[in-house]
Amino acid sequence: MTIRSHVTALLAAGLLASVAGAALAQSSLSVMSFGGAYQAAQRKAVFEPYTAKTNIKIAEQEYGGEIAKIKAMIQAGNVTLDVIDVDAPTLQQGCDEGIYEKLDWSKIGAKSEWLAGTTSDCGVGTIVYSTSLAYDSARLKDGPTSMKDLFDTKKFPGKRGLWKNPATNLEFALMADGVAPADVYKVLSTKDGVDRAFKKLDTIKKDIVWWEAGAQAPQILASGEVTMTTAWNGRIHNANKEGKQFKIVWDNQILDSNFWAIPKGAKNLTGSHDFIKYAVDPQALAAMTKYIPYGPVRTTAAQFVAKEDAANLPTSPDNLKTAITLDNAFWGDKGDEIRKRFTTWLSQ
Amino acid sequence: MDTTLEKIKILIAVREAARPARRAAFSLALPLLVFLIVTFVAPIVLLLFTAVNNPEPQAVIPQTLAALERWDGKAMPEEAVFAALAKELAQAQQDRTAALLGKRFNYEVPGMRSRVVSAARMALANPTGPYRERFLALDAEWGSPALWAVVKRNAGTLTPYYLLNAIDLQQEPDGSLQRVEADQRVFMTILGRTLFVAFTVTFLTLVLGYPVAYMLTIAPSGVARIMMLCVLLPLWTSLLVRTTAWVVLLQTDGVINDALLALGFTDHRLQLIFSRFGTVAAMTHIQLPFTILPIYSVMKSIPPTQLRAARSLGAGPLSSFWKIYAPQTVPGVMAGGLITFILSLGYYITPALVGGPGDQMVSNFISIYINRDLNWGLASALGVILLTVTIAIYLVFLRLVGAEKLRMG
Repeated sequence: MTIRSHVTALLAAGLLASVAGAALAQSSLSVMSFGGAYQAAQRKAVFEPYTAKTNIKIAEQEYGGEIAKIKAMIQAGNVTLDVIDVDAPTLQQGCDEGIYEKLDWSKIGAKSEWLAGTTSDCGVGTIVYSTSLAYDSARLKDGPTSMKDLFDTKKFPGKRGLWKNPATNLEFALMADGVAPADVYKVLSTKDGVDRAFKKLDTIKKDIVWWEAGAQAPQILASGEVTMTTAWNGRIHNANKEGKQFKIVWDNQILDSNFWAIPKGAKNLTGSHDFIKYAVDPQALAAMTKYIPYGPVRTTAAQFVAKEDAANLPTSPDNLKTAITLDNAFWGDKGDEIRKRFTTWLSQ
Repeated sequence: MDTTLEKIKILIAVREAARPARRAAFSLALPLLVFLIVTFVAPIVLLLFTAVNNPEPQAVIPQTLAALERWDGKAMPEEAVFAALAKELAQAQQDRTAALLGKRFNYEVPGMRSRVVSAARMALANPTGPYRERFLALDAEWGSPALWAVVKRNAGTLTPYYLLNAIDLQQEPDGSLQRVEADQRVFMTILGRTLFVAFTVTFLTLVLGYPVAYMLTIAPSGVARIMMLCVLLPLWTSLLVRTTAWVVLLQTDGVINDALLALGFTDHRLQLIFSRFGTVAAMTHIQLPFTILPIYSVMKSIPPTQLRAARSLGAGPLSSFWKIYAPQTVPGVMAGGLITFILSLGYYITPALVGGPGDQMVSNFISIYINRDLNWGLASALGVILLTVTIAIYLVFLRLVGAEKLRMG
């Protein structure tokens, strides 16, 4: 083959590929989520059945929740994504910044079926996850049973893992200090309340190992670095699937949700809405719980959840007794100020 | 006189003749120049601009800001101000820009985000006034002159807020500068810590790297080749992999603790990871090749015969090394040290993974403000401060040791 014929063949192949690409664009949606076990569950419960039903392919993307990435893409004016999975702070910030399309709820479902705080102009709640206390039952026979035990270094000596973020920790501290779950944010919105939370955290400060990425929590628990740690429940469940014997203490767990949103300037709004409608269908949400223990945000989905999966969900009635929901509006207002204080406190 | 004139004429003629060649040379360098402007100069200018840019208030509430110009700054503003704000917030609510404005003010007055958002909702629901009472009913803070002073201060499209915040200062309502509250002073501490860690790492890489570089130059070529490979190999491994390897080594149940216990150096496991020790150890390891290579390349250029000559003239081994060899290696030491120091200022993944809570560096906060908080103004301001400090240190360094002492190889 001469060089010229090589070039011709390449050109032909390129042309074919681009024609194929154009044809594909008609019947595919680009969806970005958080990767890992979470996205694998979405693939099984949502993406694959959706493709089977509609013949629309899902081109998957992954990210770590960096809202800056979405904002930069929209500012560059080339929006290649159709639907994105975002966490609650990212939803609120993005909504403030106007980087999501305003949703047409009539194309999705009745807002009243969603749990409080999981619907907005920009996002549709999809799952509820939990930040809660976990320990390794292989190392600790009589483990902690309440959030108070996290702060009880006499009864449970050893290091504790906490998320390196004031959010969730200040709430845990107040609840362990005796504040009723319903009053946590009322107390926290006063200066005295924040002082009280930091004072409580002071009592275990030298025993804390801080984790930042979600995967670190089960890792420091598995390595014995800590006796107990707060963690995202899906991560603990995953470690157990790999043979660990971690236990979750649901007392005073903090719930938060993820959302589906459409980036501003997405090319195929009808397609995006259609996908979201399918993804938050009660059956699809219930199917998710087979693969990852994140609770469905839609009340109508509960009836489809298998019994053996229901007990593992943060939203199961038994686990909800002393739970609170993370107040993202509070953190939107006070987050910057408290985070600075947290940083100063950390290095003291 | 004549000959001098002749000489100058000849020089000019030579320059004239060389002009096309110079132009050709310049045009060859042009792509690089354009590349540098696009990828280096423009982002820095943009960074400087973002650090002072303040577009939101003028874009969303221009009339309110105009009405506030007549406000005396002492009492609660008049109804006209509230009416203008209500009108503009109602529009902002429709344009979905109200929350953006609230977020901007929230930087300076915590709680403003939800205050502005709920006021915008109220304004859209009530097309007619009077508005002052309605604002006060929503939140009594709307009557506070301090809040309005912040609004008024933001009438310009440029603001010193981010830069001041990045050095823990704030503007009082009367315009004077004050340090922020004690529990909000973070950035100066972090900057000091960043400089301290960078300095420590630089010092350690020099102490560890200098003998290695020397060994590389005097070892037989076969051994030197293997040693060189050992120096370079880590450099070819991803930064994240090397950092994670340190996690494995340093963790409480890790190799180092196991070894120390087995050898009886300690009776309990030491806290090596999540500490300043971990940060410095991992960073020193990662930076070593950057320090060794410039030193090595300078050492390589020093003729070994000089040392032999010094010895033959009666100098002892130490004094011949110290008086003849070491002074000639200074340019390499300076270059290696400077590269490591400046690179160390920018670390953030390594301190985040092996460092303790008090080991986060400036870059870590820049990344948080860019990625998580979308506060690009503050991120840029921190970048500007870091850049200024780096340039200042570089200039002081040049002044102290002289530019001719700096050789990159």
